[in-house]
Amino acid sequence: MSETAHAVTRRNFLKTTGALGALAVAGGSATAAGSLFSAAPAQAFADGEEQIVWSQCNVNCGGCCVFQWHVKDGKVLYMETDNTGEDALQARACLRGRSMRRWLNHPDRLTQPMKRVGKRGEGKFEAISWDEAIQTIADKLKYTIETYGNEAIYRTYGSGMHSVTGNPSDRLLNLLGGKLNPLYDYSTHMLQCVMTYMYGSSSNLDENGNHVTLGKPATAFSPYDAVNASSMTEAERASDLVVMFGNSPAETRMGGGNIVWDFARVREAVKGRGGRIINIDYRLNESASGHSDEWLPIRPGTDAALASAIAHEWIVNDQIDLDFLHTYCVGYDEETLPESAKGQNKSYRDYIMGTGYDMVEKTPEWAAEITAVPADTIRALASEIAAADAPFIVQGWGPQRHTNGEDATRAICMLPILIGKLGLPGTNTGQREAEPYVSLVGGLPSLAEKSHVTASIPVYQWLNAVDHGEEMTATNAGVQGVDKLPCGIKFLWEYAGNCITNQHGDINRVHDILQDESKCEFILVWDTVMTDSAKYADILLPDAMRGEQLNMYTQGYAEWYTGVTVGGPAQEAPGECRTSYDVCADIADKFGLREDFTEGRTQEEWIQYLYETGAEADGNMPTWDEIREQGVYKRELPGKIGLEDFRNDPEGHPLATPSGKIEIYSETLANIAETWDLEDGETISPIPVFTPGFQGYGSVTEEYPLYAAGFHHKSRTHSSFGFIEELEKVARQQMWINPVDAEARGIENGDRCAVKSPAGEIRIEAKVTPRIIPGTIGIPQGAWHNANMDGDRIDEGGCVNTLSTYHPTPLSKGNGNAHSMIVQVSKA
Amino acid sequence: MTQYAFYFDSTRCTGCRTCEMACKDYKDLSADIAYRKVYDYEGGGFTQFEDGTCQATSFVYHVSLGCQHCQNPACVQVCPTGAMHKDAETGLVSVNADVCVGCGYCHMACPYNVPTVDRSLGHSVKCDGCADRVAQGKRPICVESCPLRALDFGPIEDMQKKGEQANIAPLPDASYTNPCLFIKACDDARPAESRDGEVANPLEVL
Repeated sequence: MSETAHAVTRRNFLKTTGALGALAVAGGSATAAGSLFSAAPAQAFADGEEQIVWSQCNVNCGGCCVFQWHVKDGKVLYMETDNTGEDALQARACLRGRSMRRWLNHPDRLTQPMKRVGKRGEGKFEAISWDEAIQTIADKLKYTIETYGNEAIYRTYGSGMHSVTGNPSDRLLNLLGGKLNPLYDYSTHMLQCVMTYMYGSSSNLDENGNHVTLGKPATAFSPYDAVNASSMTEAERASDLVVMFGNSPAETRMGGGNIVWDFARVREAVKGRGGRIINIDYRLNESASGHSDEWLPIRPGTDAALASAIAHEWIVNDQIDLDFLHTYCVGYDEETLPESAKGQNKSYRDYIMGTGYDMVEKTPEWAAEITAVPADTIRALASEIAAADAPFIVQGWGPQRHTNGEDATRAICMLPILIGKLGLPGTNTGQREAEPYVSLVGGLPSLAEKSHVTASIPVYQWLNAVDHGEEMTATNAGVQGVDKLPCGIKFLWEYAGNCITNQHGDINRVHDILQDESKCEFILVWDTVMTDSAKYADILLPDAMRGEQLNMYTQGYAEWYTGVTVGGPAQEAPGECRTSYDVCADIADKFGLREDFTEGRTQEEWIQYLYETGAEADGNMPTWDEIREQGVYKRELPGKIGLEDFRNDPEGHPLATPSGKIEIYSETLANIAETWDLEDGETISPIPVFTPGFQGYGSVTEEYPLYAAGFHHKSRTHSSFGFIEELEKVARQQMWINPVDAEARGIENGDRCAVKSPAGEIRIEAKVTPRIIPGTIGIPQGAWHNANMDGDRIDEGGCVNTLSTYHPTPLSKGNGNAHSMIVQVSKA
Repeated sequence: MTQYAFYFDSTRCTGCRTCEMACKDYKDLSADIAYRKVYDYEGGGFTQFEDGTCQATSFVYHVSLGCQHCQNPACVQVCPTGAMHKDAETGLVSVNADVCVGCGYCHMACPYNVPTVDRSLGHSVKCDGCADRVAQGKRPICVESCPLRALDFGPIEDMQKKGEQANIAPLPDASYTNPCLFIKACDDARPAESRDGEVANPLEVL
């Protein structure tokens, strides 16, 4: 053992030297930050002992996995993740979480407040004092509210910070009278909107949660609950067939207490009892790695055609559950259509059998041409699902993120409905798997009651609201709360997001609109590094990371357990970085509202208060002193069956639809279709149908002969971590292209390629692979846009949103173009 | 003596690279050096029909490799200085950096692409099985990191019970070095030395 011990000693010696070298730097900045701002209480950083500081990953994969930083002499040495309790219930950080130290210590961290000195998007800034920054922001807020009203302020979507005190922006802005409200989100935009018509909307609930006309306790749709969908653990417990549409937990939910681990257990349990997994996707995704027989390749954006053909097979083979459809649903056939639709062949059955709507019978042969799935394969799939005792049909958020997503997401949900396989053991509603239903601690209250703004816009519409907000109405732009927006957006507030350009869409168009400073007059961006969106800031603030302050958060929203983690700081923040809580308190002070903002508490005091409030309500949690010692508390959650109460007692537990039933035919949507202003080619249908959608199936041309879609990539959470070199090295930003399409263009693995769409052009390395269907390319979303916007605008960073055209979807006005694109590819 | 070994469950691995990044964090490695690497092995293709439909025979699986701490390590055999050595107590193979001259023979000899010469340090570097953690009774950092619980580490007798000796592509035949790696093969797995597929991510692992 002596030689090994010797090698280890040398390694430790080198590490110690490195840490001491770093101490000198950390010591200097700690003194400056401490004396200027009395930042977070310093831990015993320089005592030479290695200590463990708990923290979490705070980005938006939904995981919020657990960190144990090993800290010595004021510097994080390395990370262990959750290794507490049973192996099976550990929220193990993924590769990205494991890289958080690289982010904390990155030389590109923003360290000073700055103001813009070049053109918007040019990235030229000069350092200013915090006093100047805060005064400027307060002055611009006052000016905007006095000149245009609170409706002219908008906080753009930003999900890069999940922490109980992680976003004090809304609290501050609500104290000032509010801001233009967002509807939906970039993750589930189309689904979140349209599903309320099929499964229930909170607008049909009274203040007690009862149905407004039926008077019974009813449930509204949400993509983020454990009511409308079943947990993966239910599939593990009792399903014999799991059918996934556009759902790859191995890429979207990678953390170790996360759905990827639940899914591994699902496979082992389902296959262990002789069942099967079917993974329908345009890529052989990582969730099917090693199990390629599970993959059913499909052309992207055509899920509704496949679902319709399966429905056709079930109808002609008499495999549907007519009793269920007549008892629980509206609009399957003539018998349950509302009066306004009767006698006009407007049922779902009429659509499928070719006796209504487009008058085309949705045979497997019809769908084969559209989906690229052979007709016999469709028949076999229909037969296999029909034969299953407990099919667990589950869609990810990919199918809905198409320009026809509002139909695709409903069409997939028709499968369990048609065979009555929902609300029962081992089944699912066709939605994405349920999310945990226990949150142990709450967040900093947003003070929404202080806002007097009623107007809301779909989140993807902010760019139109900058450009021509005063023209936007309820019927031409999906505005809610008012008939018409009183003004455009004049003040953009972006915190912990990259959604001005990178994660929004059609970056070249955003750039052009933001150049006109008479439209959006002021942009505040607040981040840790210079993102592409940050380049558009008028004032750019450097944020302290959560590893640099006391942090608390629950289990996140994507794992099937409940927990809470408390800890930090692990290091001092660099330069002049401050916590967003303290900065918002200072801005509030300019309005004489500091006390209203803080309620007399520091951020640390808020966290303790929120913890103790949660612990008292829960009754099982450790004391504050105990959680500060142990860092993490967690427990398993029992599984859930989606819509179980409704299934057991449809009259006692109706849905919050007008009828209280599943509205396959929605009269509300039929009215919207008649009254809204839609562009040519746009449709809103009362039943789920297949429509190609803008830049969808059939839209390829000689100039743009390939379809393109974005997908989630292991090296990033959206755009978070997109600048970490170590991650790029192990999981490269590559366009997936089938060998058939690559050979036709002389492209080989590793070649740098040009991808051109009607919206823009990128450069990206090719991954020539049989893991993607021919005729379509796949581009990992979230890579950082990198183009000379005064020159050729060619994006060397390979950001998919350089290619996506800004064309909001018909109903939700959402970001369907993220996965619906047409392109040409050539060797660069 | 306890010969230690790794276990890898290829039915669970999703190729996420968490093991690789956990190692890089713990060992404080630069972007260009990795002691554990994840190989994407792909093959098959599509049949396209006249009606525009298609069927796939495509497959992919991943193999996560640290050092195999072989019973018959090629790197140790070729090392001219004795720096590369196999620990008598644990069987873990590591480099004595004080002795290594950075000639790179170990890099060339290893059939698993494990040792490499870090030019900034002037000597060979590789996975040492987290010997320091193992000495403290812990598992290697990669094993504890795996979100899929696809890795394990322990005495060779225990790991042998969980899988077969490293015998799937793109690995070489186990008879060359007698590796202390045991694998549970996934449905897609091809036998060692197979030519059915190829390493699809050479730029990430070579």
